[in-house]
Amino acid sequence: MFVPCDRGGGGSAGSDFKGFTLLMPAVSVGNVGQLAIDLVISTLDMTKVGYFYTDCLVPMVGNNPYATAEENSMELSINAEVYSLPSKKLVVLQIRSPFIKNKYRPFCQTLLSWVKSSKCARIVLLSSSHAYQCDDEQLLGTPLRYLLTPDLEKAVGGLMQELSWKEMEKVAAYPGINDTEKVLHIPGGGITKLLFTESCSKGIQMAVLLKFCSEGDNIPDAFALVSYLNEWLQLIKSEVNTSSQWKIPSSWRLLFGNGLPPALF
Amino acid sequence: MATFFGEVVVAPSRAGVDDEEWAEEAREETPEDREIRRELEKKREIDVLWTVKSGASTESTAGEPFACSKFIVAIGHNAAAFLSSFILDSVCWEVVGVVKLWNEWCRTSSTTTVLPTDSFCLFYRLISDPTVLLCQCSCYVAEDQQFQWLEKVFGCMRKEGLQVTILSTCPVADYKTQESTLTLPSPFLKALKTKEFKEQVCCPLLEQPNIVRDLPAA
Repeated sequence: MFVPCDRGGGGSAGSDFKGFTLLMPAVSVGNVGQLAIDLVISTLDMTKVGYFYTDCLVPMVGNNPYATAEENSMELSINAEVYSLPSKKLVVLQIRSPFIKNKYRPFCQTLLSWVKSSKCARIVLLSSSHAYQCDDEQLLGTPLRYLLTPDLEKAVGGLMQELSWKEMEKVAAYPGINDTEKVLHIPGGGITKLLFTESCSKGIQMAVLLKFCSEGDNIPDAFALVSYLNEWLQLIKSEVNTSSQWKIPSSWRLLFGNGLPPALF
Repeated sequence: MATFFGEVVVAPSRAGVDDEEWAEEAREETPEDREIRRELEKKREIDVLWTVKSGASTESTAGEPFACSKFIVAIGHNAAAFLSSFILDSVCWEVVGVVKLWNEWCRTSSTTTVLPTDSFCLFYRLISDPTVLLCQCSCYVAEDQQFQWLEKVFGCMRKEGLQVTILSTCPVADYKTQESTLTLPSPFLKALKTKEFKEQVCCPLLEQPNIVRDLPAA
């Protein structure tokens, strides 16, 4: 699945992820996870180390979405690419297109076995969930939630308490009929629930960070989610006005359409 | 999501997330489900048929991949028509293969005599240099078939020294630019190239944030 880039000097160092944290998005409502990942890759100026050759995502290709100048704007970029920052033991997967029908489970299984074989220490999944499904209590207070697999709970559960983070609530399996049986329900979360439950059963250390949101201009949601992530992983120095420290990639231009025809006025 | 009229509707997600589909996938498959899924998959399988010298169609067997130096693929009606109008003729080119597929949008057959209005996917070879291959694909290859098309077609050819050129069209309205597309002189050409492509490109490169998707991207 993973195909390393051949970078003359880097060699195989680019694909050695032992002990690294894998940060990745779920393709979810508002594409918030993916936007947040774009901010991480762009701000930390991460190097592409490879891509996933997979039949699970709709194909797409374009030029470098993190281009800053003419010289670096001509590298091709596809739907699932891997970036790394060895100094922070961070490897990031970015997913740029939706899943193909019936391919969610195969993708999750292949991804998790790659995580195991490349010996990543843990996975952090950035996701989102439909805000219109919030109950009264969830509407008050923070829209950010976290989830930890049992294996990661042991390692960082205490830290979440210190940060005063809110764990994602479970909902009744049969609302109105039987309120005692509770299940995890992440509407609009894409592969989040599937990946989380698979990680629990495979003993993989995984954290899910998600935000309740709706479709629209999801840039503020992405900033909120990436700041939430930063409270824990400390990827950049957090100052008072953190939103100005994340670098918006050049590919975010024209998110809401082209310029207007002058003849309109 | 509540609409102006007060009724609550499920808003479609830009992320392509369909919760009903997820619920379906999350359920364990019964043997009947598996059987149905296999039948559906068989129906959507792609067959690449190469014609041998005798002119009869035959299944692409696990034979030797053939040598190919240049492979030009035209995807979509416009690109296919371009090849028909300016490149292809019966003197210099011969039909060597066809792709047979079915999806909800179109069906192609294994016949190699087609009308311009048909949906087809044909392979031609330059008679004077049989390593030059051309593909005219006017049919729509569905999302779940694109990877299969790619593997089956490229699986038949040796890739050393292979140069691939993909011709395709997109609506001008989809082009993202600072100005309005109304004032853009169209049609216009844009290109994407891999870093291994060292020759001169005949037009400007596709600027961010524009992308290409589906079979040309695959």
